[in-house]
Amino acid sequence: MLNMTPTVLKNLLSKSSTRMYPIEKREPFERYRGELFNNIDECIFCKKCQMKCPSQCITVTKDKDSGTGTWICDPFACIYCSICVDHCPTGSLYMKPVHRAPSAERDMMEQTGKIKPPKKKAKAKK
Amino acid sequence: MARTIIPFGPQHPVLPEPLHVKLVVEDEIVQEAIPALGYVHRGLEKLAEIRDYHQMIQVVERVCGICSNIHSMCYCQGIEEIMGIEVPRRAEYLRTIWSELHRMHSHLLWLGLFADAFGFEALFMQFWRIRERIMDINEATTGSRVITSVNVVGGVRQDLTPEMCSWILSEVDTAVKEIKEIQNTILSDYTVCARTKGVGVLTKEQAYDFGAAGPTLRGSGVASDMRLLKYAAFDKIDFEPIVEPDGDCYARSTVRFRETLQSADLVKQAIAGLPQGDIAAPCKGNPEGEIITRVEQPRGECLYYIKGSGKKFLDRVRIRTPTFANIPPLLAMLPNCELADVPVIILSIDPCISCTER
Ligand code: SF4
Ligand code: SF4
Repeated sequence: MLNMTPTVLKNLLSKSSTRMYPIEKREPFERYRGELFNNIDECIFCKKCQMKCPSQCITVTKDKDSGTGTWICDPFACIYCSICVDHCPTGSLYMKPVHRAPSAERDMMEQTGKIKPPKKKAKAKK
Repeated sequence: MARTIIPFGPQHPVLPEPLHVKLVVEDEIVQEAIPALGYVHRGLEKLAEIRDYHQMIQVVERVCGICSNIHSMCYCQGIEEIMGIEVPRRAEYLRTIWSELHRMHSHLLWLGLFADAFGFEALFMQFWRIRERIMDINEATTGSRVITSVNVVGGVRQDLTPEMCSWILSEVDTAVKEIKEIQNTILSDYTVCARTKGVGVLTKEQAYDFGAAGPTLRGSGVASDMRLLKYAAFDKIDFEPIVEPDGDCYARSTVRFRETLQSADLVKQAIAGLPQGDIAAPCKGNPEGEIITRVEQPRGECLYYIKGSGKKFLDRVRIRTPTFANIPPLLAMLPNCELADVPVIILSIDPCISCTER
């Protein structure tokens, strides 16, 4: 046990290596993949994210009649790999470096936005 | 005295995962060990039918909860070889850095658990505290502590900035310094030696015959390491497998301890030689053909068999993990040991049950 004594003494005199977590929080690392968000105003409902997602937790639907689209993500099935963020053509998906707060209910992230007319047509109209 | 059968696991304090071994015991001496597996089978190989070959990267990463990066690296290497994609040099170096960091944190985790198995709680805490540095490096550079998701077919998704490189170097140096401080405790402490020396001996012939892998094999004096195949950046890095001749639990823990320091050195070498350039090559089309790739995981040789037929979905992904290979040698180590030594011996192969059952 004598081998360990210097380490034990050092530990006694140095400060604790753990944090009082909920009270004292560490700054998240910039690249940390915490939570997924969709900036729905930029989303064009192209379904790229739905096709690429490895856990198949995104569903994108378009409703032509009302001119709206819906983006649904199951945050409890999401594995936070950020593959969808890489493939989103408009950059509307992004990740925040803070992890999700615990939740007692399984709720879906559901966002509805207007379907934008394709760029070419918009130009033609002008 | 009559024989008794004592079940070890599936729930046991030293094992975080469910491994069940039936121990036939006579006078507190183990006569025979019968394993039972299948408690955490998840059918990941079958998922290849409904996940395309890009999505499978995320699936194979979840084969193991410790060496995830090395699994995806092996899988990507296979697909790249089938499709004839040339991976940029920088990506190969980055893969090497992350895979060696994974080896470091896996071995530190094991050293801690091993200390815990013979009842040295303080040493366990010490190793896990050092491990936290490596976990922080993973989190800061890739975005996640364990499941890094950095490998893609053709390269990697994240790059290291020069500031990150120098930070990694200083963190690794500190970790090495801290590991060396407790070197005497794990390698020459009287109680530790009493519990591990001469316990669970696996001779060189046995290790070879039963097909042991990784540190279990090298601890028995066989210099076999898949990194000698020179995949990724190992062709340009000085590397010599670490071998201990004795074949007991002490030899296996020494191999892992020395490998931790060696991995730190490999990380430093890879960062020093990190070339400039792209980090991913474009990947077009679907894989057609079959291939076997091998890499060295913290626990030993990991083998992937991949078969594609020009479709988005692969025909077959077969994964052979090191712990699966190490179970027959384990059964050869257990007979004639004392019942109290069983946890130490089982832990000495570094069992990863989620790998074994996939
Ligand atoms: S990939 Fe981006 S733009 Fe396309 S549907 Fe998904 S979030 Fe919207
Ligand atoms: S982060 Fe990954 S799992 Fe989550 S929605 Fe995006 S692609 Fe799917």
